[in-house]
Amino acid sequence: MTVPALTIENLSVEFATDRGSLRAVDGVSLSVAPGRTLAVVGESGSGKSVSALAVMGLLPGSARVGGHIALDGEDLLALPPEALRARRGGAMAMIFQEPMTSLNPAFTAGEQVAEALRVHRGLAPAAAFAEAVAMLERVRIPDAARRARQYPHQLSGGMRQRVMIAIALACRPRLLLADEPTTALDVTVQAQILALLGQLKRETGTAVVLITHDLGVVADHAEDVAVMYAGRVVERASAATLFARPEHPYTVGLLGAAPRLTGGEGRLASIEGTVPDMRNPPPGCRFAPRCPFAITRCVAEPPPLAEVAPGHMTACWRAPLAQVLGAA
Amino acid sequence: MLVWLARRLAQVVPTLILLSVMIFGLQQLMPGDPALILAGEERGDPQVLAQIRAELWLDRPLHVQYLHWVGNVVTGDFGFSWRIREPVARLILQKLPVTFQLASMAFLIAVLIGVPMGILSATHRDRPADWLANGIALFGISMPNFWLGIMMILLFSVQLGWLPPSGYVPLTEDFWQSVSTTIMPAFVLGSGIAGVLMRHTRAAMLTALSQDYVRTARAKGLTERVVVWKHALRNALIPVVTLGTIEFGRLLAGAVLTEQIFTIPGFGKLIVDAVFNRDYPVVQGVVLATALIFVGLSLVADLLYMAINPRLRQA
Ligand SMILES: Nc1ncnc2c1ncn2[C@@H]1O[C@H](COP(=O)(O)OP(=O)(O)O)[C@@H](O)[C@H]1O
Ligand code: SF4
Ligand SMILES: [Mg+2]
Repeated sequence: MTVPALTIENLSVEFATDRGSLRAVDGVSLSVAPGRTLAVVGESGSGKSVSALAVMGLLPGSARVGGHIALDGEDLLALPPEALRARRGGAMAMIFQEPMTSLNPAFTAGEQVAEALRVHRGLAPAAAFAEAVAMLERVRIPDAARRARQYPHQLSGGMRQRVMIAIALACRPRLLLADEPTTALDVTVQAQILALLGQLKRETGTAVVLITHDLGVVADHAEDVAVMYAGRVVERASAATLFARPEHPYTVGLLGAAPRLTGGEGRLASIEGTVPDMRNPPPGCRFAPRCPFAITRCVAEPPPLAEVAPGHMTACWRAPLAQVLGAA
Repeated sequence: MLVWLARRLAQVVPTLILLSVMIFGLQQLMPGDPALILAGEERGDPQVLAQIRAELWLDRPLHVQYLHWVGNVVTGDFGFSWRIREPVARLILQKLPVTFQLASMAFLIAVLIGVPMGILSATHRDRPADWLANGIALFGISMPNFWLGIMMILLFSVQLGWLPPSGYVPLTEDFWQSVSTTIMPAFVLGSGIAGVLMRHTRAAMLTALSQDYVRTARAKGLTERVVVWKHALRNALIPVVTLGTIEFGRLLAGAVLTEQIFTIPGFGKLIVDAVFNRDYPVVQGVVLATALIFVGLSLVADLLYMAINPRLRQA
């Protein structure tokens, strides 16, 4: 097995807020190997973005981060700020959800790509711009030389996200964090962007963390999956295993596999109830208030993430769930 | 770009027509018969009065008078000062550079203090540097100019003897002398604007710093200096520039009082003297010139706006 590009161990993030502290991420462990895509799935508010921002060192000052984050074996949380800044955009890069607002309206697309090259590869302005145009070609922007001289407001949403990808991949990062990169785009553009990301990943061997709430995206574009719920990872498996044999009741609900859990048909099944208030989460299993399989123990004690089969982990007192479902 | 400029200039025309009508109308509303004032000792002589009226076209219908006046103004003839017996245009051209120098220096001081302080205050939000900057801004805004002026004269002229308390030396005569005679009034004049600029820069920077593109800039690995001074500031400047040009116009008006305190022979002194002496052609000329300057400033504002905001640069 290859050495992971990114290893997260027992990550916790706590925000100091006006109404007390809020633990947005609580003991998350993940890893991604070079050239592979890990999908991180979960409802809005489950701590996906916060986890990614913690890796990048981009959380606001009100956040307290605990645990370990290693990029190619180097402990990121122990790095001085200046060294961490040098990793950002170089060894690791991030793409955000909102292509409409993520680019600076005051600078051309080419300048914004070139900037990363100037900082990390020390290229002169002209050379950086030429390289930026080449990069825009690589992300399949037609007429790249002309587009490079245009401002974000002159580009479509899909094109802007391609520019974001060009910025992120300009310095050939070892790790790419893509936070819902296609959520704001229409369906056909979504597919194109995801296909492009996959292709570039294969060409460069970059490790990709693909954050999404869309399980349909996972099936087609990720090898591994981590399902998050209320700041914790509740299930980890290969994509194939997860779809074939989901273990955690929450995942089952997401997949719409268990009729009693689903709010409708289709891959985006909604689960009854809402995500808990993270200022005051349930003491035991955080899914217990919404879980049809909950037992007394679930309310009292949080279930650890444990292996149910080789490479397949779930955090549920009633695992393996097949028995429960079989008995029901 | 040229098309835009032409269109923008065409938009100015109705404004100018309206302005000229208003200024002309104002003249009609002014009390007193100009002929009587001009005749002076000879006001009892109807022949003299008739002659003066004929000279000034005062015996023609109003619309003819207006067109005559506009025709003169367009060719640079602003009329004659009744008091000093000099062409108004020449008086204005003499005094304007003085006030313009004062206002420019005041504005420069305001920008050099207000903008960096606003940036600093935004990047140190809710910390001591922010409180201090806000305190200084409040001081600058609420301090009456005459009081600040007198205090500065007491300190720098009377106590320390560093700067002359009054008077003016033109830039063309002696650069450093000129600066030393204008630096105090410029500071007094600029202090309020500095406070206003600081507050607006702070607000605009706070908005800019919370935008997604700032997060992108950080994610790129840019240093905080580049994130703040390039990515955030470039966007924050857009509203600040508009405000800056408006404030510059206000500076010209504010110069009136400051010029009195420091006895600087500028535009302000010209208009004050003219008003007190009922020298209407001068008042009218000054008002017209001021209006023209404002129109010009708003054009400059638009051009600056285009320079920093690419969204306006198409077409
Ligand atoms: N800067 C912040 N201050 C306080 N709470 C935050 C902050 N950023 C995120 N949170 C909270 O952290 C939790 C997880 O958010 P996030 O990671 O954005 O979820 P998602 O899985 O949708 O990306 C949410 O409850 C959110 O309200
Ligand atoms: S631990 Fe209990 S409440 Fe939590 S998911 Fe499993 S069965 Fe449901
Ligand atoms: Mg998110």
